Amino acid sequence: MANISSNFLGIKSPNPFWLASAPPTDKKINVLRAFEAGWGGVVWKTLGSQVKNVSSRYSAVDYGGSRVMGFNNIELISDRPLAINLKEITECVKLFPDRAMIVSLMADNNRESWHELIKKCEDAGAMGFELNFGCPHGMTERGMGAAVGQDPEIARMVVEWVMEKATIPVITKLTPNVHSVVPTGKAVVEAGTNALSLINTIQSVTGIDLDTLVPNPYVAGKSVFGGYCGPAVKPIALKFLTTISQNETTSKVPVSGIGGVSTWKDAVEFMLLGASTVQVCTAAMKHGFRIVEDMCEGLNNWMDEKGYAKIEDFIGKSVDKITHWEDLDINYHITAKINQDKCIHCGLCYIACEDTSHQAINLDYGNPYNNYTIKEDDCVGCNLCKLVCPVDQCITMEEHRVAPEYINWKQWQAQGLPLNDH
Amino acid sequence: MLQNNRLTEAEYKVNFSDIHPPYTNVNAALVDANRCLFCYDAPCTKSCPTSIDVPKFIKQITTANIKGSAHTIFSSNILGAGCSKVCPVEKLCEGSCVYNLLDEAPIPIAKLQRYSTERAIEQKWKLFTRKPSTGKKVAIVGAGPAGLSCAFNLSKEGVDVTIYEKESKAGGLMTYGIAAYKVTPEFCEDEVNYILSIGGIEIKYNTALGKDITIAELQSQYDAVYLAFGVGLARQLSVPGENLAGVVDAISFIYELRSKGFSSVPVGDKVAVIGLGMTAIDAATQAKRLGAKEVTIVYRRTQDEMPCTQVELDIAMLDGCKLSWLAAPKEVLGSDGKATHLVCTKMKLGEPDASGRRSPIETDETFTLEVDMVIKAAGQMPFEALVKDNNLNNKSGKVSVEGKSVTSINGVYAGGDCVNGGREVVDAVQAGKDGAASILNFIATNTTNEH
Ligand SMILES: Cc1cc2nc3c(=O)[nH]c(=O)nc-3n(C[C@H](O)[C@H](O)[C@H](O)COP(=O)(O)OP(=O)(O)OC[C@H]3O[C@@H](n4cnc5c(N)ncnc54)[C@H](O)[C@@H]3O)c2cc1C
Ligand SMILES: Cc1cc2nc3c(=O)[nH]c(=O)nc-3n(C[C@H](O)[C@H](O)[C@H](O)COP(=O)(O)O)c2cc1C
Ligand code: SF4
Ligand code: SF4
Ligand code: SF4
Repeated sequence: MANISSNFLGIKSPNPFWLASAPPTDKKINVLRAFEAGWGGVVWKTLGSQVKNVSSRYSAVDYGGSRVMGFNNIELISDRPLAINLKEITECVKLFPDRAMIVSLMADNNRESWHELIKKCEDAGAMGFELNFGCPHGMTERGMGAAVGQDPEIARMVVEWVMEKATIPVITKLTPNVHSVVPTGKAVVEAGTNALSLINTIQSVTGIDLDTLVPNPYVAGKSVFGGYCGPAVKPIALKFLTTISQNETTSKVPVSGIGGVSTWKDAVEFMLLGASTVQVCTAAMKHGFRIVEDMCEGLNNWMDEKGYAKIEDFIGKSVDKITHWEDLDINYHITAKINQDKCIHCGLCYIACEDTSHQAINLDYGNPYNNYTIKEDDCVGCNLCKLVCPVDQCITMEEHRVAPEYINWKQWQAQGLPLNDH
Repeated sequence: MLQNNRLTEAEYKVNFSDIHPPYTNVNAALVDANRCLFCYDAPCTKSCPTSIDVPKFIKQITTANIKGSAHTIFSSNILGAGCSKVCPVEKLCEGSCVYNLLDEAPIPIAKLQRYSTERAIEQKWKLFTRKPSTGKKVAIVGAGPAGLSCAFNLSKEGVDVTIYEKESKAGGLMTYGIAAYKVTPEFCEDEVNYILSIGGIEIKYNTALGKDITIAELQSQYDAVYLAFGVGLARQLSVPGENLAGVVDAISFIYELRSKGFSSVPVGDKVAVIGLGMTAIDAATQAKRLGAKEVTIVYRRTQDEMPCTQVELDIAMLDGCKLSWLAAPKEVLGSDGKATHLVCTKMKLGEPDASGRRSPIETDETFTLEVDMVIKAAGQMPFEALVKDNNLNNKSGKVSVEGKSVTSINGVYAGGDCVNGGREVVDAVQAGKDGAASILNFIATNTTNEH
């Protein structure tokens, strides 16, 4: 059995799976249930200035019969009194001292407010802080949340205030509502944050009710941009994470990865790109806390299979596998191959290639089943057919190098090699 | 003893309730619809005699475009609602769904088709607009699936259609022949009304070709004639005792069952059904469902050669019908003019015949079944006299056509069971479409318009 326990800046948890700061972590009853279910830690729902929520707060994107492929919300930070939150935090820590208890903060925009909040939370038993510089709605209008995260200099200033006071590790949570998370990431690392986490939610409109013509979620005839999350945002989160892991400054601090994590596989992907722990919100909101069981078991089995004894053995292993386009090997060439024994003659590969790719699949009409074969000479190896084929391992991509040696775009140009061969 | 009213109303209701119940909610339909892969040049479509664009209509269910879905179905098959209930889909669309190749259950195409089309009929969606009348007139004989399909496709193009129908209701075997647990009389009526709602189609009921009208008369009054009068009663057994009371024809038996109440149709205690086609299965299962104590299907060959599908056979078996394989009727014995025993010859299989099936050969052995009812269901007989009297080229009474629907008489077309000798509703619908296409072509090129 592999050891899946995590040590994040000295904050220990039996597994690297934390619940992200959100409704699942906004009160004692949820958090105790989460710990009983086996979650390694929680980031307590953001505490800070007093707010008032609206009713009707969530909406979702369904896809192909699956519910909640993407999720969005227009909720604010915790709307419960601070004193009650602090009391409950203390009680949870007492009952589950082996779990990570991070408290998310978003104070009013002045040093005193931050210092006061930090003091109270440390006294309550917090093991670490996460600074919410990401919330894209409601709080930004008051100069908080994403308004801070989007401006590296404001973020730097707030982190400096925090570091003056905090005696426990500080994680800064980054907003994805920027063209790059690196400038803010750099600023806050320079200001002393002990770690980063990303991503918070992405501004979005999930859809429009075609009867009322009002976008979702519907609040008395109107809507606002909501924060998008869930499986749909994972690719975007992974991209932002990579840029943090590859930057000289930001890669110096540990990262907690967030955004669309639903399974152990998603978690492993975040960790391969440099996350030391992952945080989950939407998947828990869709299925409940029980999903953590398979996350732990799946991670364990995968690590055993691959021979990783502890999570540090694989964290970050894919970071250097993402390179610049101009460093890719142009002599690498693959072509599709159809396993005729597996093919069910659905024609999806054919129509995809014929209509939208390179007309590289041959069709032999049959009744009722047509036969499909690859025209190897015309196939550019784009992967499209393999991606749309409904049968596992039916289409495989086979390597047929153009030439044995590595050559990249710059070298190709320098040598005056031919372009536009397709 | 032949006796009616064997069961209570409640029992009849259960026995003849919908054998393939519909989806009860949209979610159930969506689960199945979303499984469809949206195949290209889809095998299911190619295996539908009317070429319904199955992936398209299923996709339209997933996009909540049910009107579009129904339109897609009806464009290819105006009896798409009826077909969704009566087609032997296991040998048509669903039989070739690609999921079969993954050893997975195929997409329930018929059930999904029913989902869209039933809504269209219930809510009377107007999905087609008739072109302005061209003044061309076509007469159709028979308001069964072939006739209705031809009428709809002609009327859509602005042709004025008159259908001559010998019965008092339209629908043909859909209304009078198909098993009661597949379609109800109300459904058949609604379907016919939905088809007729395009306008431009008049049906003259209780008017029979050969009795009330002739082809020559029709030709003189119309630009073209389409024959779709189907086939007649079940084949004779040609064995001694065939005229004893209790020996009945399957088509008449089912006609009664479909047109009168279940309780008024008499069945025996011990019933033998001769044949193993769709009709035989329907006769056997419905006899059982009317309260017959014992039903035995007598078939000349083995299960490998049977004309019905396994799904159909399973219905009969689940209803408790017995099977007597490799047996052919030799004689019906009786007393007081009533059938009491069926003597059968034991058969064995010989060489393959023209259809590729091994043909049965008589042995010297016989056996005897105790019976009080014998239902003849070994194929239907074409209306040979009618066809011959009208000087139509034919093969033992089946109207001969060139191409898909051109008969030996100029301007006279034919299709459906009267041409193919008896297949499925969906084949008749396609025949009606083909007939309409030929006729439209004929009246467009045939410029002499003397009316
Ligand atoms: C018992 C039984 C069960 C069946 N079950 C199924 C099934 O489950 N699924 C399936 O797909 N198919 C089934 N079939 C086959 C299907 O019913 C036929 O293939 C289909 O109805 C043929 O359509 P049609 O229009 O050619 O002929 P028909 O449906 O026979 O219609 C012919 C019409 O012409 C009328 N007519 C006849 N003679 C004259 C005349 N001289 N003048 C005027 N009108 C006339 C008739 O009254 C009738 O309305 C079954 C058939 C039988 C007998
Ligand atoms: C309803 C809801 C409320 C949230 N509230 C907060 C919050 O108070 N503070 C915060 O930092 N993030 C908040 N988030 C963002 C999540 O912590 C997380 O970053 C985001 O949902 C992405 O993860 P996921 O794809 O697993 O949901 C909230 C998300 C949701 C869905
Ligand atoms: S890899 Fe791309 S180009 Fe090659 S056959 Fe598949 S779809 Fe066509
Ligand atoms: S997509 Fe896959 S299963 Fe379908 S025809 Fe192509 S190779 Fe065969
Ligand atoms: S073959 Fe099956 S999966 Fe493919 S389009 Fe037809 S119903 Fe859908």
